[in-house]
Amino acid sequence: MVKNRLFMLILAIIVSIPLNASAVEPSEILQNPQLELRARNLSQNIRCLVCQNQSIDDSNASLARDLRKIVREQLVSGASDSEIYEFLIARYGDFILLRPPVKATTYILWYGPLFIFFAGLSLSVLFLIRRKRVLPEEPLSPEEQEELSSLISGKEEG
Amino acid sequence: MRKLIYLGPLLFFIITAVYFALPILKGKDPRILPSAMIEKNIPDLNLPPLLETKPGIDKQALMGEIQLVNFFSSWCGPCRTEHDFLMRINKSEIIPIYGINYKDKQNAAKAWLLDLGDPYERIGRDIDGRTAIDWGVYGVPETYLIDKHGRIQYRHVGPLSESIFKEKISPVIKALRKQTNG
Repeated sequence: MVKNRLFMLILAIIVSIPLNASAVEPSEILQNPQLELRARNLSQNIRCLVCQNQSIDDSNASLARDLRKIVREQLVSGASDSEIYEFLIARYGDFILLRPPVKATTYILWYGPLFIFFAGLSLSVLFLIRRKRVLPEEPLSPEEQEELSSLISGKEEG
Repeated sequence: MRKLIYLGPLLFFIITAVYFALPILKGKDPRILPSAMIEKNIPDLNLPPLLETKPGIDKQALMGEIQLVNFFSSWCGPCRTEHDFLMRINKSEIIPIYGINYKDKQNAAKAWLLDLGDPYERIGRDIDGRTAIDWGVYGVPETYLIDKHGRIQYRHVGPLSESIFKEKISPVIKALRKQTNG
């Protein structure tokens, strides 16, 4: 009984581990595990231009398969990661990278949110500091003081 | 006057909304990508012929003349749509068309041309699709306009039609021919 429960527990854990879904076919996988790992990492950053929101690692499209093959061929022939990216960018443009490169035309994309965050933060700080200055604690005038004490005493009487 | 500052966010919203709305209203398809190959030389290629009667295509064959290069396949639906128009271009002799038969079975492609007609000067077979990748093709049909120095001047993704040809390709051809004569 105990053994059975343990077995079920282990089974439940195994089943709940999400397998890394990928479209790489067994025949594509390289012999060298290090190169294969690099191929997988590269492929996950290369856009499938047919499906456009999937990486070539995820996509079953025939163009994606061809690009996966090219990535692996170039890795085997000793290309560096950046050489492979350059090969693809020369043909398909920066859009083929799922992570856009940091350069003059993409500064807004990369640093815009940061800029807006700090602009908002400094505006908020400025606003809070100003608000303190706008509301100085003026002492009550003699008339106000009189009215206040009459109100308080009136309340005590009632 | 100072209160105008509170209109800032509204202004920011309007600018952003217009920026995103314009392409939608114009009916621009965001899946159609600009080519990275514009103004670049055509890549090296050496493709075997599809037909016995016409030679295949190498780089030299595509130089020296303004022309269209059309990637097509017999298994591709939109290619069938544009085929009739390609036949008309061929008949009117506006511009020569070179065909690259993308990842196709030879017999199927031959039968297709026999059935629908052959609008091409020459046809090369891109059996493994590597030539298409060198050109930045991501889906057939795609059509490239090449100047006489072998530089890519325009790329159209999807089926060609008379209106697209008149609007987008004809003006570029005219400009190129002017350069040549001047």
